[in-house]
Amino acid sequence: MKIVVAIKQVPDPNGPQGLEADNRLTRSREVALDPGDEYGIEVALRLKESQGGEVVLVSMGPERARDALRKGLSMGADKGILISDTVLEGADALLTARALAAAIAPLAADLVVCGTESYDGSTGMVPPMLAEILGLPQLSAAGQVEVSGDSITVHRQTGDGHQVVEAALPALVSVTAAVGEPRYASLKGIMAARSKEISVVTGAALNIDAGRRAEVVEGVEDAEARPPGETLEDDGSNGAERILTALRACKVI
Amino acid sequence: MAKIWVYAEIKDGVLEGTALELLTCARKFGGVEAIALGPGSRASVPALSAHGASRVLFSEEAVFADYLAEPHTDVMAALVLERSPDLVLFGFTSDSRDVAGRLAARLGCGLISNGIGLEVDASGVRVQVPYFGGAKVATYRANQQPALVLIRPRSFAASESGGAVDLEELAVEPSPASLRARIVDRKIEASERVKLEDAKVVVAGGRGLGGAENFSLLEDLAEALGGAVGASRAVVDAGWVPYSTQVGQTGKTVTPEVYIAAGISGAMQHTVGMKGSKFVIAINRDKDAPILKIADLGIVGDALRIVPQVTQGIRDQRGT
Repeated sequence: MKIVVAIKQVPDPNGPQGLEADNRLTRSREVALDPGDEYGIEVALRLKESQGGEVVLVSMGPERARDALRKGLSMGADKGILISDTVLEGADALLTARALAAAIAPLAADLVVCGTESYDGSTGMVPPMLAEILGLPQLSAAGQVEVSGDSITVHRQTGDGHQVVEAALPALVSVTAAVGEPRYASLKGIMAARSKEISVVTGAALNIDAGRRAEVVEGVEDAEARPPGETLEDDGSNGAERILTALRACKVI
Repeated sequence: MAKIWVYAEIKDGVLEGTALELLTCARKFGGVEAIALGPGSRASVPALSAHGASRVLFSEEAVFADYLAEPHTDVMAALVLERSPDLVLFGFTSDSRDVAGRLAARLGCGLISNGIGLEVDASGVRVQVPYFGGAKVATYRANQQPALVLIRPRSFAASESGGAVDLEELAVEPSPASLRARIVDRKIEASERVKLEDAKVVVAGGRGLGGAENFSLLEDLAEALGGAVGASRAVVDAGWVPYSTQVGQTGKTVTPEVYIAAGISGAMQHTVGMKGSKFVIAINRDKDAPILKIADLGIVGDALRIVPQVTQGIRDQRGT
């Protein structure tokens, strides 16, 4: 089966974070493959192992987003496509989904895999938009994914458990971390990734124009901070006593 | 006056409560109509009406409960094109997100996601959105008509306003092409004594607890307080506790009277889901942990020792 995984390079969640003067996230610092996307790649690789086929990674970003693709290739994906174009800089979710869809549609994938939401933007909107534009059903919040013949079954996480959701392929699935730990790239995988193909396509080649953004940013302010509270070093018993006093003051005991 | 719609999600036959919060907020800004789809929608009318919906469009059609997103998107898209609302509000819940995302792509209008505040006046629709992990708040003005906006649960308190309601039962003819992602079974995993979102006290744990086995200490304390247990993303991802306990950006938003964070460092991913709590108690070995900076009471110490002491203290007070 042909599996496409949409991935994103994000500011390294473990690295220093910052904002530019214009309130855009600092992109020049440490970057990493979105940790949520590693789960998507893992699901795709497991399906390839059980079903056979090919895993293609698709990303949109500046030239250096190649590093994120390369990491996925090191894990075992077969090839990468990078959509890179200044006209797409600062794209909102819909423009991102349009560009990804334009690159993915010609691949005639059986399954498109996404994370649930990115670490930096966190809107969670690209997967449903991408499914809609590609004309696919979306199986969202999938914590377990199985493919059997032409159909896919997922455990879709809900507030109090899960739903079992089925669809015929082709389909789009957005996965959570419950699918299982992503594999590490082996040394062999890292070496092999160097010779794997990453093709770069432009917005013009995909016939994508920037369109009109869904919103205009009018301002960014500091979030309302909670007033500083009291801090106490526990000496073995005073911590618990102070907490009990606070719980009484809050009238919950 | 702005024409505002609230997408009132019906989940397992019951109205998802965020719709009532959205109605309460939206009725200040214009005439508000609610759209409720699926079995249970008719029963949701009194609550929707009481919270300010002047009209409720509903359908008891079973496909809305049996299939994900697509039949809902079909109905919403047709209604929007026919009736041109200025603003459509959705709760930031997983079912509503799927519908809103598809709808925005189908209408080609995009949307504003993850909102925590809303203002509507003659100059447009403005949405406050947490930014940079919640340290900042951005104000977005919608640039498209209709504006589609997703608002995080618990961003507003729901209150009743009363008033008369028009009912409109929608004649829905589901398109077979949209009946694709089918829900074939439902499994309830958590036998929560108290629902996390409704608990007056939440006792939440993170990696600092050292291991899954230590969560029982939190369960004991939560039980003594009549509260619920929550968790950070790190420990949920690590498989210590079920996803249903996760508090934060990707999890639940809670606003209890008291939130006790034990061994949680306080990454923005987590705090965005709990900082509306009235009183925050944090226990952490690291005196520099970010959670101590937002706590009303921060204890620098070992949660594994302190939590059982507190539990015992409550039991002693009750004489049990």
